[in-house]
Amino acid sequence: MLSIREISVAYGNNPVPAVENFSLEMKRGEIVSIVGESGSGKTSVIRAVLGCLPGGGQVSRGNISFEGRLMSELGKEEWQRLRGTEISMIFQDSGAMLNPVRRIGSQYVEYIRTHEKISRRAAWEKGARMLEQMRLPDGEHIMRSYPFQLSGGMRQRVGIAMAMTFQPKLLLADEPTSALDVTTQAQIVRQMLKLREEYHTGIIMVTHNLGVAAYMADRILVMKEGHIVDAGTREQILNHPSSAYTRNLLDSVPAMGGYRFV
Amino acid sequence: MSDTQELILEAKHVTKRYPVSGGRTLTACRDVSLHFYRGRTLGIVGESGCGKSTFLRMVASLEKPDEGEILYRGQDLAKLKGEKLRQHRQKIQMVFQDPAAAFSPKMKVMDIICEPLLNFKRIKRSEKEAAARKFLEMVELPGEFALRYPHHMSGGQRQRIGIARALTLEPELILCDEATSSLDVSVQKTITELLVKLQREKQIAYGFVCHDVALVQSLAHQVAVMYLGNVMEILPGDQAASGCVHPYTKALIGSVFDLHMDFQKPIESMDDEAPSPFDMLSGCPFQSRCPRCMEICRRERPALKEIGEGHLAACHLAAQGETE
Ligand SMILES: Nc1ncnc2c1ncn2[C@@H]1O[C@H](COP(=O)(O)OP(=O)(O)OP(=O)(O)O)[C@@H](O)[C@H]1O
Ligand SMILES: Nc1ncnc2c1ncn2[C@@H]1O[C@H](COP(=O)(O)OP(=O)(O)O)[C@@H](O)[C@H]1O
Ligand code: SF4
Ligand SMILES: [Mg+2]
Ligand SMILES: [Mg+2]
Repeated sequence: MLSIREISVAYGNNPVPAVENFSLEMKRGEIVSIVGESGSGKTSVIRAVLGCLPGGGQVSRGNISFEGRLMSELGKEEWQRLRGTEISMIFQDSGAMLNPVRRIGSQYVEYIRTHEKISRRAAWEKGARMLEQMRLPDGEHIMRSYPFQLSGGMRQRVGIAMAMTFQPKLLLADEPTSALDVTTQAQIVRQMLKLREEYHTGIIMVTHNLGVAAYMADRILVMKEGHIVDAGTREQILNHPSSAYTRNLLDSVPAMGGYRFV
Repeated sequence: MSDTQELILEAKHVTKRYPVSGGRTLTACRDVSLHFYRGRTLGIVGESGCGKSTFLRMVASLEKPDEGEILYRGQDLAKLKGEKLRQHRQKIQMVFQDPAAAFSPKMKVMDIICEPLLNFKRIKRSEKEAAARKFLEMVELPGEFALRYPHHMSGGQRQRIGIARALTLEPELILCDEATSSLDVSVQKTITELLVKLQREKQIAYGFVCHDVALVQSLAHQVAVMYLGNVMEILPGDQAASGCVHPYTKALIGSVFDLHMDFQKPIESMDDEAPSPFDMLSGCPFQSRCPRCMEICRRERPALKEIGEGHLAACHLAAQGETE
């Protein structure tokens, strides 16, 4: 379904690429977790796939194709159709994408109606239902709220609900649970697994939580300084990591009843 | 809690409500009583929206409680105004998720670190770089960073700058709101070690809010568990893993992902919805999701009662001495 071949991502006139020689082949319904150092290029990889690298960023080498088609050859309209329906993304703070001075409902309805020809009313109901599936209490109330009236975790769940609205074939998730409490995180993880089960959605999951990464993934990639330093199944990475960096990472994971700092 | 500890700040029966659409009110914190001691860390965990940040904002006197009081060394913060409030603000500092990212890209690291010092006229402009170097050293960054721009630094480095800035006014209490949440676990560990080292050296009290329950219990002397604005359980950090008694705390810990967990077993999560924070029911706030809910739970709100040394729980089961 997705094939990333030896891509490099560079920003502006920085001669050192943020990502170098990154490759990944993914089948439908497969889940790949990417873990690793802050600033190692995880977000850059995901954004490259979605064709939305921020200012000055570009894929300087290699190519990416989705369902056999080179992404670089897609026209603007095709991108627009793809994004949000076939490929969807959830950010670290999806809530920050929401316009703070417009009610959630009006933004959600607009989002649904750009991708699907349905009435305002039907779109509103669809939105409210999605919100409730994300375990937000009282979807109607959320639809009528402004983003600033919700806590960060609640805004994040709004973003996730929106990304899942059209049951995408590929979901790119950049630390979607970093801002969430553990119970909500567990809930979201289960929701994402359900998406895979029911709609065969493939997922790239970037997370700093190695427990989450391991729980969800068929395969795990470990990144450091723009490179993949380790790749393998959960069993391989957890029990037989090949790089010292992976071992260091595994040793740093806090555990209930484990090492104490005080 | 032993009497030998020096109390810095005490929240007494603090309640905060926000008006929301439709003329309703949302209770973000309800009757919260918590203590901050010199050189100790109070960790606060709970679902998002349970009122952790709201509570910290009140402690930092960025907002006023609707009921109850916040006493800083015995003095009611609500009564501080104008210059007195401004002076008081030095004593309590906050560190957020990515503080340095919030500054103008035109500001150099030394401008960010020294801004509070300049605001309080503790240093002259000409002393800025030297002061910045001193604080950079405290957070184990090279002095040359003083002249750099934060957007050219890694998340972990930026977080150290946020901590350096918080240290400048020699606060007695530092409130960390998800301060390590965007960092990878290895950097998170070095930041945690730094915070703990600074605490030992300077006897700083921390309020540490983080959704990573495993991290919180590894660095907090005390952990408070909040649910829908209420404190449900307070227990020593080293007992959080095995000694908790409250059904909500147990549910929380059951949802923690761990490297040694059984990956075949579905992760526990409370599937039903959290009740709306608007219509506070009578009785226990957790009743709608509690697997052990009894008749009395619907009628009476359980009070936070001491059930062991440094261990309090608000649950009728715990009050009956039944914890399993
Ligand atoms: N818009 C940008 N302009 C210039 N450099 C950038 C930009 N975005 C990212 N970079 C650089 O690219 C590298 C990779 O950043 P990226 O955000 O992909 O890392 P990450 O692995 O997602 O990190 P984190 O775990 O902190 O989210 C870093 O060195 C970063 O400083
Ligand atoms: N300025 C505000 N106006 C209205 N509601 C708010 C405001 N700030 C917070 N809230 C509400 O108060 C509750 C607690 O929020 P918060 O303290 O941010 O929770 P936490 O930090 O535990 O995630 C949430 O329901 C949130 O929506
Ligand atoms: S008081 Fe009752 S409902 Fe509340 S947590 Fe205890 S057993 Fe459950
Ligand atoms: Mg990132
Ligand atoms: Mg918060």
